[in-house]
Amino acid sequence: MNAAGFPLLTLLTFLPLVGAAFILTLRGDDKVVAENARWAALWTSLIVFALSLILWFRFDKADAGFQFVEQLDWLSEFGITYHVGIDGISVLFVLLSTLLTPICILSAWDAVQTRVREYMVAFLVLETMMVGMFVALDFIVFYVFFEGVLIPMFLIIGVWGGKRRVYASFKFFLYTLLGSVLMLLAILLLWYRAGTTDIPALFDHSIPPSLQTWIFLAFFASFAVKVPMWPFHTWLPDAHVEAPTAGSVILAGVLLKMGAYGFLRFSLPMLPQASADFAPFIYALSIIAVVYTSLVALAQEDMKKLIAYSSVAHMGIVTLGIFTFNVQGLSGALFTMLSHGVVASALFLCVGVLYDRVHSRDIARYGGVAKIMPAYALVFMLFSMASVALPGLAGFPGELLVIVAAWKVNAWVAFGAALGMILGAAYTLYLYKRVAFGKVTKQDLLGLFDMSPREHLVFAPLIVLAIWMGVHPQTFLSFFEASVTALVARHDAALGAARLAGM
Amino acid sequence: MFVGAVFFPLLGASIAGLFGRWIGDKAAQAASVICMVLAAICGLTAFWQVAFGHAPQTLEILTFIDVGGFEVSWALRYDTLSAVMVGMVTLISTLIHVYSIGYMSHDPSRPRFFAYLSLFTFMMLMLVTADNLVQLFFGWEGVGLASYLLIGFWYEKESACNAAMKAFIVNRVGDLFFMLGLALTFWTFGSIEFSTIFADVQQHRDATFAGLPAYEVICVLLFLGACGKSAQLGLHTWLPDAMEGPTPVSALIHAATMVTAGVFLVARMSPVFEYAPTALAIVTVVGASTALFAATIGCVQNDIKRVIAYSTCSQLGYMFFALGVGAYQGAIFHLFTHAFFKALLFLGAGSVIHAMSDEQDIRRMGGIWKKIPFTYVVFWIGSLALAGVPFFAGYYSKDFMIEAAFAGHGWTARYAWFCGMAAAFLTAFYSWRLIILTFHGEPRADHHTMAHVHESPWVMLGPLLVLAVGAIGAGAVFAPYFIGHDWQQFWNGAIVNAPHNHIMHDAHEVPSWVPLAPTVVGLSGIALAYIMYMFAPSIPGKLASTFRGIYLFLLNKWYFDELYDAIFVRPARALARVLWQKVDAGVIDGVPNGVASLAVEAAHGAARIQTGRVASYAFTMIAGLVVFVSLLVFGAAR
Repeated sequence: MNAAGFPLLTLLTFLPLVGAAFILTLRGDDKVVAENARWAALWTSLIVFALSLILWFRFDKADAGFQFVEQLDWLSEFGITYHVGIDGISVLFVLLSTLLTPICILSAWDAVQTRVREYMVAFLVLETMMVGMFVALDFIVFYVFFEGVLIPMFLIIGVWGGKRRVYASFKFFLYTLLGSVLMLLAILLLWYRAGTTDIPALFDHSIPPSLQTWIFLAFFASFAVKVPMWPFHTWLPDAHVEAPTAGSVILAGVLLKMGAYGFLRFSLPMLPQASADFAPFIYALSIIAVVYTSLVALAQEDMKKLIAYSSVAHMGIVTLGIFTFNVQGLSGALFTMLSHGVVASALFLCVGVLYDRVHSRDIARYGGVAKIMPAYALVFMLFSMASVALPGLAGFPGELLVIVAAWKVNAWVAFGAALGMILGAAYTLYLYKRVAFGKVTKQDLLGLFDMSPREHLVFAPLIVLAIWMGVHPQTFLSFFEASVTALVARHDAALGAARLAGM
Repeated sequence: MFVGAVFFPLLGASIAGLFGRWIGDKAAQAASVICMVLAAICGLTAFWQVAFGHAPQTLEILTFIDVGGFEVSWALRYDTLSAVMVGMVTLISTLIHVYSIGYMSHDPSRPRFFAYLSLFTFMMLMLVTADNLVQLFFGWEGVGLASYLLIGFWYEKESACNAAMKAFIVNRVGDLFFMLGLALTFWTFGSIEFSTIFADVQQHRDATFAGLPAYEVICVLLFLGACGKSAQLGLHTWLPDAMEGPTPVSALIHAATMVTAGVFLVARMSPVFEYAPTALAIVTVVGASTALFAATIGCVQNDIKRVIAYSTCSQLGYMFFALGVGAYQGAIFHLFTHAFFKALLFLGAGSVIHAMSDEQDIRRMGGIWKKIPFTYVVFWIGSLALAGVPFFAGYYSKDFMIEAAFAGHGWTARYAWFCGMAAAFLTAFYSWRLIILTFHGEPRADHHTMAHVHESPWVMLGPLLVLAVGAIGAGAVFAPYFIGHDWQQFWNGAIVNAPHNHIMHDAHEVPSWVPLAPTVVGLSGIALAYIMYMFAPSIPGKLASTFRGIYLFLLNKWYFDELYDAIFVRPARALARVLWQKVDAGVIDGVPNGVASLAVEAAHGAARIQTGRVASYAFTMIAGLVVFVSLLVFGAAR
């Protein structure tokens, strides 16, 4: 069995679904149903989060292999089983998902007034899909969850979104689905060759280099869109702009990590040769992402769009780190994924706070907010600084490690990544200046209330995390150290073997 | 005690910043000042114990990062170099805190101000006590943040916000190079902890990077980082604009914290710099050029704080060329004495501004010396120290640096000596131009302002008095230890001079006219200022109209801002628009948007999605990918 003594991961995955089913059975007056749905969703997600904390305490950091493993017969005649488990790479993402869900539900407490029941159901289903994706150890199971995420997200954007929500949700859906179709083909090919879709088993299955190239491209099509890497990023700003606040939070916090997670979980260990061959290409795209999208962010007039573009730039750092193939780079990439999950989510929540009051995302609509909402200004400043990777806050350790690692590969790559430091500071401070500083010129802003207790509660865990991750990143780095070291060792061994065979 | 010196300011900042709204202005202010006083007591004791008791030590606090050999800890390293800085920073900062009680007494958001001041001090202390490059970078960026907050303290002023942003972003340019230098240091030494780096300096001397000696590259990168923080030529543009903050902030930035960080970094890394002669030559030339360049601008500015700001820039140039010729001890000594008289000048200027009802333009001052005699006297003391007039603090350090430049080898040292002498003349000139225009002559302010001219309260004058004592005595008292006979014992290996570097000895063995020369040019600078502004006030105007081109060139600060605006800021903005509206929305979105719009139509009839549209899109994507990838990867591999 596993360390918890009961099927913990399965419980984490499907408990939200139970909560969702319960909410669907609620009957009665609209107002009462809405209120009950809110509480039911909150409690479900909180219980899931509390359960997931077992992972935090019981996870064996010295073990590089999979833990809390569960394996059940499913379609065994096809070599497919229900196989779940976590290792150092996935464990913190499970926790990130379970943490962000209650935060999202709480943040939408007053903001969402239409179809509350359906909204809460969508979020709980989304949680199931996210957790399931990170714990899956079978390709088919993974694929089901990986695609399943799209459905609730598509609905969240399409139903509760802004003016152009239909356009944005279709763009989001088609873009990400199309890449995934190619991945499915690659999975089928792997299954055809190896006779199994079990992920740990596939790690030991070697694939000839020529075939690796094609499978890599198929995976790339899916993951690059999800990350999103330049030039497949244009769905993201639209999706973010139209999504409701909580949708943006999950999108930035967890969904963007799925692509990078895919690279780490599949491309690197299964396709070492192709990964190494394509690395320069990834570097180029990553650097372009960092510089290009930072510049584009500078020109934005919509708060959410600006943060969306900045996400693409941060993800450029992540993909760069992954393809440096050294311990610092991979750790840095993972850390950046986590910190971005916290910081970008918080920034979208910050936008949400203003949007709930003024109903505008237009930067020019604001100015002098620091005067009227001092507590809010402090929180916003904290996360802006975390976003520009100020040392002592969450964004820094990851960026530092990636830049150090990138230098090992090529000094110019490191220089390109570091350019993001300057541009990042420019667009973030420019945003902050226009929103929070200056004289209050819009009279209606004078009547705004500072953050409510509920909003304080929403931000509190994220603030703690942002500072904790910045001051003592080792707490988090120690989770993935063993797994990353093993991954790098395996990658080097595989390349070494290939080189010997080639001689 | 060692911990207290660093963390009391953080405690003060937290109390004032987080709870200021609940405990009230007075309590918040008191909390942060008391914490600073405690920190100063700890800091000065630490200075005494470490520097004179010869008891350096390192306190480990917490692991920061430990990934695959990349090990970093939070730790406090106390050797003479950091102890000097800790003692100086805590003392000056405490005085500035006390002064601010009076200066900011009318400001509605005092808790915020004191929180920022204490935070600033904390970050600087983390910087100077770092035992590795990452912690140093933490403090480095931290002072960047604190300066950003303080310069933009009056955030309702558009110009203050812009100045704050400019300071942060220009600093970031330097930080980029710092970060790269840090990366190369790690890959060269396998560590970024100072003790390991310094122990292994001999081992890796032959290491190369891209065909260049690795030490040279590391040092040039770190120096570029230092240029950002210490406002050296090219990255100096933020410093004069930083005047937008309240005056005590300027004093803190210019005297104790922030700008001295770059000088500190080079001195800290002296074991590596010693084996990077080319990098040192670059440091010398940039420093010397900055010293002269900033002094020329200082001569024509009309804002009282701006003149002093350029003088800081120029003095930092001095420190850098001293570092460049290998006289690290001299640079740190000047940093130390400079802290006293620069803080004195800034706070004195604050007192003047306070008296003149927030007027900063010296063309609208004059004739006030009788009304504010105390301020007038301390201003004189500060200027005498700045100009290096004998037996004031600046005399010992500045003369030593100029002598070191004279004793140094190669054309760079010659150049530094020449620039140093010229700048010494200009320094004396602009200092007395400032004194005369500010305090003497006919009153040029309106009656209303003149009627209100008054001496500042004691809470402001007290710190001035302490600083004045420092500006008079700090040089004479400490010179024997910092640069005199006992320097080896005093520094106790905190700063390393390589065996081939005899500058500390040679600087004392120069011909006898050399030590006299700076005093002579200094006095003649003062004389010239008297002639031009006191006795024949028509000369400056005539000069300005005769040499209009030069005058405007200087007045507009060599057009650096305009230049950067034209080559960086505007193109970046234009590019940003083009990339967004043309490339992003046009090209990248163009292809899928065609499909996407079809898909939106298809939303009414889902069947159409499954019939070929998707496939054609997928095909386009794949085809594009394949072409792109094969070009890039296989083309590049060949």
